[in-house]
Amino acid sequence: MPCEKFTVIATKGTLDWGYPPFILASTAAALGKDVSIFFTFYGLTMLKKDLSGLKVTPTGNPDMPMKMPFGPKWLRGIDFAPLVPNLLWNLPGMDNFSTTMMKKTVKNNGVATLEELRELCQEAEVKFLACQMTVELFGFEHSDFIDGVEYVGAATYFEESNDTETTQSIFI
Amino acid sequence: MADFDLELDASGLNCPLPILRAKKSLAKLEGGQVLHIIATDPGSVKDFEAFAKQTGNTLMESKEDGGKFYFLIKKS
Repeated sequence: MPCEKFTVIATKGTLDWGYPPFILASTAAALGKDVSIFFTFYGLTMLKKDLSGLKVTPTGNPDMPMKMPFGPKWLRGIDFAPLVPNLLWNLPGMDNFSTTMMKKTVKNNGVATLEELRELCQEAEVKFLACQMTVELFGFEHSDFIDGVEYVGAATYFEESNDTETTQSIFI
Repeated sequence: MADFDLELDASGLNCPLPILRAKKSLAKLEGGQVLHIIATDPGSVKDFEAFAKQTGNTLMESKEDGGKFYFLIKKS
């Protein structure tokens, strides 16, 4: 029997890791599943009204390819990540640099922005559950977040995913 | 090419956008009507198969021509 429900626990708050929860949730909704995402810890960031501050960092991401999103083809083919010493990625401005590069690459490849994917999820009635404990722990206000978010605890997550016969759950 | 009732050009779009757009386009159709989809994402070949199977719609045709992928999906 196909799974009727899909739940995601989203725990990451960077530009790159924001994609998997929204991509999978919107697709599951398009397949007719009942979908909810439980945002906790850094994942809460994905519910902020303004996502423009999200960044991606090559530091601690040793497999992240660093390719030029512009220029001649031979230049675009070079992966600079293994060529540049790790220390260099820690210099001021490097996260801004890699973030700009990723946004440009996303655009070049016809990949949606996080804002678009989040909107598509909301249109498809994906339920956004925010961990109230983390909201308090990080000193956030409900007004920091988009409309349509339910503030809940872990018990609600389990209620959403309690039928293991029909529910698929993943942790990101 | 068989007849179709609605066309969706998802060229240049990447996963999961072709699927999401297809879902929206199918919602505009009546049962038995056919959606024609054009895509450039090579992943869409397997994905439209999986999409049709899971949504109960029929993938009538799937073909590649000149680097583009063409699909016909009949709404159930």
